[in-house]
Amino acid sequence: MAYKGRAHKFGNDINTDDIIAAKYLNTTDRRELASHCMEHIDKNFVKKVKPGDIIVAGKNFGCGSSREHAPIAIKAAGISCVIAENFARIFARNSINIGLPIVESKEVAGRIREKDLVRVNTEIGIIRNVTRKESYRFEKYPPFMQKIIRAGGLMSSINPFGRLRVYPERSRRIKKRIG
Amino acid sequence: MGYTITEKILSKHTKVKDIRPGVYIDAKVDLCLGNDITAPFAIEEFEKLGSKQVFDKKKVVLVPDHFAPAKDMKSANQCKVLARFAKQYGIKNYFEVGKMGIEHALLPEMGLVLPGDLVIGADSHTCTYGALGAFSTGVGSTDLAAAMATGQCWLKVPESIKFVFYGKLNKWVGGKDLILHTIGNIGVDGARYMAMEFCGETIESLPVDDRFAMCNMAIEAGGKNGIIAPDKITMRYLRSIKNKARPGTGKLYSSDRDAKYASIKEYNARSIEPLVACPHLPSNVKPAKALEKVTIDQVVIGSCTNGRISDLRLAAKILRGKKVRGGVRLIVIPATQKIYLEAVNEGLARIFVEAGGVFSTPTCGPCLGGHMGILAKGEKAIATTNRNFIGRMGNPESEVYLSNPAVAAASAIKGRITHPDEVI
Repeated sequence: MAYKGRAHKFGNDINTDDIIAAKYLNTTDRRELASHCMEHIDKNFVKKVKPGDIIVAGKNFGCGSSREHAPIAIKAAGISCVIAENFARIFARNSINIGLPIVESKEVAGRIREKDLVRVNTEIGIIRNVTRKESYRFEKYPPFMQKIIRAGGLMSSINPFGRLRVYPERSRRIKKRIG
Repeated sequence: MGYTITEKILSKHTKVKDIRPGVYIDAKVDLCLGNDITAPFAIEEFEKLGSKQVFDKKKVVLVPDHFAPAKDMKSANQCKVLARFAKQYGIKNYFEVGKMGIEHALLPEMGLVLPGDLVIGADSHTCTYGALGAFSTGVGSTDLAAAMATGQCWLKVPESIKFVFYGKLNKWVGGKDLILHTIGNIGVDGARYMAMEFCGETIESLPVDDRFAMCNMAIEAGGKNGIIAPDKITMRYLRSIKNKARPGTGKLYSSDRDAKYASIKEYNARSIEPLVACPHLPSNVKPAKALEKVTIDQVVIGSCTNGRISDLRLAAKILRGKKVRGGVRLIVIPATQKIYLEAVNEGLARIFVEAGGVFSTPTCGPCLGGHMGILAKGEKAIATTNRNFIGRMGNPESEVYLSNPAVAAASAIKGRITHPDEVI
């Protein structure tokens, strides 16, 4: 999959209260959540985002609470992909589970500037900075996660037998059984 | 090669043979948990699957605790989703207001978590139960939905960091200070993706409530789980639970001598004094004594970190016969109904009220800026809670300082951050 958009830059340790404050968690309405995305740290963020844009951040992005509202708000705000030096673990798994592509790259946070046009290809593990005419490599998802992403998220990975089917050996067996 | 306690528990819950850090496993869960904020999303996803039942009615726990008793109409709707789902699917462990408590204090108290369990919860502080020697970790709503349907969860086997504490605790120092010291030392991402294993002579004599406070804040260092090997103190705690939801004392694991660790940190408990995490990160830790010029508007004693009976006893010991300083609001929130009743019966509630504080029904409330004590612009609070991010307790221009219950109670009396020695 490839994603292309302008970069919106954030620093280190962006926490889930920054991404979506707890006072807005009394709803599951994705649009409403999106309208408050990053409100505490950048009031104009939502207005600035155009569909397909990309967040570029420092280390430990998404630290704090387990609220899936955070990646949901980011995705619903129009962000196509989040690149960070690294991610907090619950945010990372939530993003994968809901199908928000996240990319870990150490060098990128320092090289991409605000508003740079960026293209990310998760199949081959390349980030292209169109504005600065540079390319950066990143490690592709492990096969395990690619499976979840290809299935369209975790819930689509649950098979008719009510089991998670993300393990190669098991899914092969099931395919045989289903015929 | 030896294994850590975390690796051993994960190994017992999966068919994957080769357990080592970095390996992905599908794990069987013993318990999965959701609250009024995270469960509605999970229920939505679960129902899209069209399953007629959850994988095990006894192993799904739903607790409306964050914005409950419902703070507004939207929150009431969220709580209603939980109540409706629990009824429709016959969920045994749904705790309505009146039986409800803050989830991470409630579950152990009900005997729902045993040593050796694998627990996932759609709440980041699910790591609390490691205090009983269980593997427990926070996940998201979709994970909860998948677990409710399949009884399984995907996990990456984490590396472990061993934290060894030596020596006796100083006066007014508890589990909260040990974990704040640790987070201050390694940073908010110092244990990212890792298991935090606490051990050493200090931990071996540490009461269970302090162990809960320590494991609770493992997430604040980025940890996947916090864990303490079960021992005599754990067993005594488990035996003290009346009408336990599950029989027995679970499975007792401990790390092998030759287990592999990503790193080993050693701390001298004698050199740790009462600590305060300053805005806006839990790692921004300073001694309480160094912050005596910080005036405060509000004090919150409660939460899944420090809302247990021993926390309230400690706060009451300091507040007995004293008054909260004029202009300061003291809000005391017992974590569960059982703790609430104990505090009433022991006369603690009277001490708080006579000191000029409020004594509330259990709720997560102000800890996450939900309700029951939101801060105005420019206000400062000292709280026994777990996070002090920008705007965590209300206005983005307010500030939260984190401490143990003794420091918080003493600060309520002085109206500024205070070492407990100053008031008692």
